[in-house]
Amino acid sequence: MDTFIQLTVDALTLGSVYALVALGYSLVYGVLKLLNFAHGDVFMVGSFIGYGALHALGGSASPAVPVWLLLVLITGAAMAGCAVLGVVIERFAYRPLRNAPRIAPLISALGVSFFLANSMQLLFGAQQRDYQSYALSGGSLYFRGFDIGAVHVPLLRIITIVSALVLMVVLWFLVNKTRTGKAMRATSFDGEAAAMMGINVDRVIVFTFILGSALAGAAGVMFGLRVPTFAAVGFTIGLKGFTAAVIGGIGSIPGAMVGGLLLGGAESYTAGYWTTAWSDLVVFTILIAFMIFRPQGLLGRADIRKV
Amino acid sequence: MTDSTPRDLHIPAEGPAVGQDEWVARHTERRLVRGGRLGVVEQRLRAAPWWAWLVLFAAAASLIPVVESSGYVRRVGFDTVIFMLLALGLNVVVGWGGLLDLGYIAFYGVGAYTYAIFDSDKFGMHLPTIVAVPAITIVGALVGLLVGLPSRRLSGDYLAIVTLFFLELFETVATNGNQIFGHDITGGANGILGVDPLSFFGHQLAVQHNGIFAVSYYYVAVALFLVVFVALRFVNLSRVGRAWRSLREDPLAAEVMGMPVNWLKLTAFATGAAVAALTGTLATALSASVFPLNFSPVVLITVYAMVILGGSGSQAGVALGAVLVNVLLQLLQNPDQARVLFYLLVVVGVITAFRWSRTLAVVSAATVALGFAVHAVVSSIDKTWATIGHSGFSGVLSHWVVVPGALAPWVGQVSYGVLIAAALAVTQLRGVPRLVALPPTIYLAAFVWENVMLPNPGPTRYIVLGLLLIVLMIARPNGLLGERRVEIV
Repeated sequence: MDTFIQLTVDALTLGSVYALVALGYSLVYGVLKLLNFAHGDVFMVGSFIGYGALHALGGSASPAVPVWLLLVLITGAAMAGCAVLGVVIERFAYRPLRNAPRIAPLISALGVSFFLANSMQLLFGAQQRDYQSYALSGGSLYFRGFDIGAVHVPLLRIITIVSALVLMVVLWFLVNKTRTGKAMRATSFDGEAAAMMGINVDRVIVFTFILGSALAGAAGVMFGLRVPTFAAVGFTIGLKGFTAAVIGGIGSIPGAMVGGLLLGGAESYTAGYWTTAWSDLVVFTILIAFMIFRPQGLLGRADIRKV
Repeated sequence: MTDSTPRDLHIPAEGPAVGQDEWVARHTERRLVRGGRLGVVEQRLRAAPWWAWLVLFAAAASLIPVVESSGYVRRVGFDTVIFMLLALGLNVVVGWGGLLDLGYIAFYGVGAYTYAIFDSDKFGMHLPTIVAVPAITIVGALVGLLVGLPSRRLSGDYLAIVTLFFLELFETVATNGNQIFGHDITGGANGILGVDPLSFFGHQLAVQHNGIFAVSYYYVAVALFLVVFVALRFVNLSRVGRAWRSLREDPLAAEVMGMPVNWLKLTAFATGAAVAALTGTLATALSASVFPLNFSPVVLITVYAMVILGGSGSQAGVALGAVLVNVLLQLLQNPDQARVLFYLLVVVGVITAFRWSRTLAVVSAATVALGFAVHAVVSSIDKTWATIGHSGFSGVLSHWVVVPGALAPWVGQVSYGVLIAAALAVTQLRGVPRLVALPPTIYLAAFVWENVMLPNPGPTRYIVLGLLLIVLMIARPNGLLGERRVEIV
């Protein structure tokens, strides 16, 4: 039972990171019908920006500001940096291909992903970057927290899960309760009709990229607080995030959350009860099962294609 | 599609054959043709039969080891032919079928690992090449069918993600395959060593001859390339090939016409997988070993860059793309060659942008002058900030571009970032501002290339590949030899 609780906490932490990445995929797929392969690398850049900001503020052992402010600042820096990056990528790599065949932006996205991962390696090396979160305020983020039975749940995990939830709620509010969100939903439903109704589709797309990339940046910092980050991490995380989006139903925001948590659970329980080596196999099997039995995902709606 | 209007539509005088629909018969003729003298040359060259080009290629390829007998050139030649084969196979899936197969390299790996398992001391099996290679090709096709099956109902994006995951999975299995229920199948991260060379009727083809790379493997690879090329050519000209192309153009229309769309997708997929598996056996027989890292996404992107650069859909194009990209990657490994290549590209780029005009003269003069000015200023502040090379091209160059003796890491990082921002800005500017911005950008690019990118050939090669993909998709999605069709709506 203790193992189970321990793994569940892990699953929630991992799952909230996946869910945030999945949301970025889902949002972009919703409005552009584009599989943004570069999204995982935006996540990676986010974790690097967080690392840089952490060191600019004095490092985790002796930060210049209180710890709560430090966490807010590095997350904010990563979100802002990634938002800018997302806008630049959209402007220069995807917008010129708006009317090209579907395969063209996909290949361009692969190129962006490759470019980002290798640029980071060129500039900052291939070595791992550790946030050293255990050194934050003398390790109190780890030994504080609460206990469930014999299992200790560190404060940092709780912060991660709660802030991911807060971000998702904010996103849900932005998409469902604001004018821009309404425009996003309209564009996602039918871009052409939305444009005819006077919605500036280009602006909606830019806004979508800002949202998605900022979430990826936040996820990058959460990831970095948990395990060391490195330049090639974006590919794998991006793939997991996309899988989470597909499982939940691509284009659906609650679906991305559910998919992320499910995937985090699958991975963490496999690693805990069986072996870490084959957790990819489990994820792949789940993906295939969904492809065969429920291609629209858990919370997605089946597409009716009109000709 | 909007920026170029057809200048000359080539429509032949005679009508379609009896029993053939005119629209279908003229399918291949609806392409854009370049006007002017260059267009005439292009049409003449295109009019030459494909087998003439193939014979020309075979002759040239077989002459290379005769002219240049170094082991390095032979090895690069062999690798190039391997990539050409891979590009041919991917062309079937992407170029003809229009399916985005991101697990392609996994099939290459399946071929390689299957060969290594059946033809090595690992399990003491030594199947004769004549049996093993065709069998593995079929295995590759079957695995391709299996992987394609779950995405049969789904659009291209889902296929892309399933296949990409399959590639990840393949890497996982290969890396952890030394503990499958306690059995060692793939040798784990250490791979499988001591794989047999090719053997024909009891005669083994040695990998090394007098200490250098045996030329026989090169010829085997070229021969295999010719066979695969011709075979795929015939497939493409057949009923199935036409069906594939119609599928790529419009899956919905193809389905309405009664074509078995799912089955066609799967066959295109399986054919590509078979070619990849076949190539895998050859590559493994030569290197006598397989490692999980040989089949990483990096190789996938490389092959994609080849297919896109050459022009997906055109067999000659993808083969040419494979040669160009592999030679490019080889050149980038050597700093001296990479240096020359960069300045050559800059010169060619500037000339194609401005043609032979006064603007060209102004921009080039400004760039050269700017360089000398910056160099003079920097070396007057501190001699060690701008070291002077000794001889050759790099010696001359070092009077122009600033190469500090020791570079603080942040200088490289900042200049790289500024370069990207400047390059992106130049693409947005028009008229005089662009001309003003161009010389500093070129100079900055030279600085970054010399100081940041040349010392790190590993990431640099792949940054160049990534950029190539993005720029190609935007500037020339049909590649070098690909056809650009006139869209009739």
